[in-house]
Amino acid sequence: MCNESVFYVNGQKLPWKEGLVISDALKMMNYTFKMLVIKLNGELVKRENWQTTSIPQNADLKVIHLISGG
Amino acid sequence: MISREEYFSKRDPYAFPIWQKATVGIAGLGGLGSNIAVSLARAGIGKLILADYDIVTLENLNRQQYNISQIGKLKVDAIAEYIHSFNPFIELILHSVLITPENFDSIFDEADLLLEAFDEAEQKEMLISCWTSSFPNKHIIAASGIAGYGKNETIHTEHYGFLHIVGDLESELTEGISPIATRVALIANVQANLALELLASSKGY
Repeated sequence: MCNESVFYVNGQKLPWKEGLVISDALKMMNYTFKMLVIKLNGELVKRENWQTTSIPQNADLKVIHLISGG
Repeated sequence: MISREEYFSKRDPYAFPIWQKATVGIAGLGGLGSNIAVSLARAGIGKLILADYDIVTLENLNRQQYNISQIGKLKVDAIAEYIHSFNPFIELILHSVLITPENFDSIFDEADLLLEAFDEAEQKEMLISCWTSSFPNKHIIAASGIAGYGKNETIHTEHYGFLHIVGDLESELTEGISPIATRVALIANVQANLALELLASSKGY
């Protein structure tokens, strides 16, 4: 399976397909938190670009929950 | 009168001069921010930019660095009063305003590093987003997941380039229950401690 198409969300392996965008990945992970910081291969992606930023194969997506309290 | 030399005795010969020259921003002066400000002022940061629009209330006293006589005062003024009571040599820049994407740059322009110490998740996201676009090569240290007590082992720091997030990244506040002094101060001091380390060292994560 060396050609397996995958990408990673917070270290978890997910199946990759052409045209996948960040908001799709959030749905796949069932993330329900409203406030998130997202980094795609180390680059911060702004909220307004989540619907349009496509995820490359083998990408490393980091989704950080921001929780109220301080 | 205490001299500067007397006051700043027994300091780290390498790191302390760097901290004295540093300007550090703190956004929010609640449970996180008031504790961060006090620790960084004691450690010897030369200049702090402190921003919070709020006033001190009775319910702040369970975890924030204020006292009963300061209820009703602006938090920026109350924390400045306390900091100056133990460190007369620090420079404090006070902004009693709500931080927005519009005024953000003018408030924190001078800061070498920013500590996110807001309460609400929406505000945290706004601050991280503004800082990373305006100052992509300067560190920001945020907090997420501070509720409750105990659970020391769950507190950790995630490093994403110049963005660092401290907390357990999962615990949410229960409606009507404040963060608790020990845990919020612990996380505040993890943030402050990392700030000192990043300033003293050029190494990235």
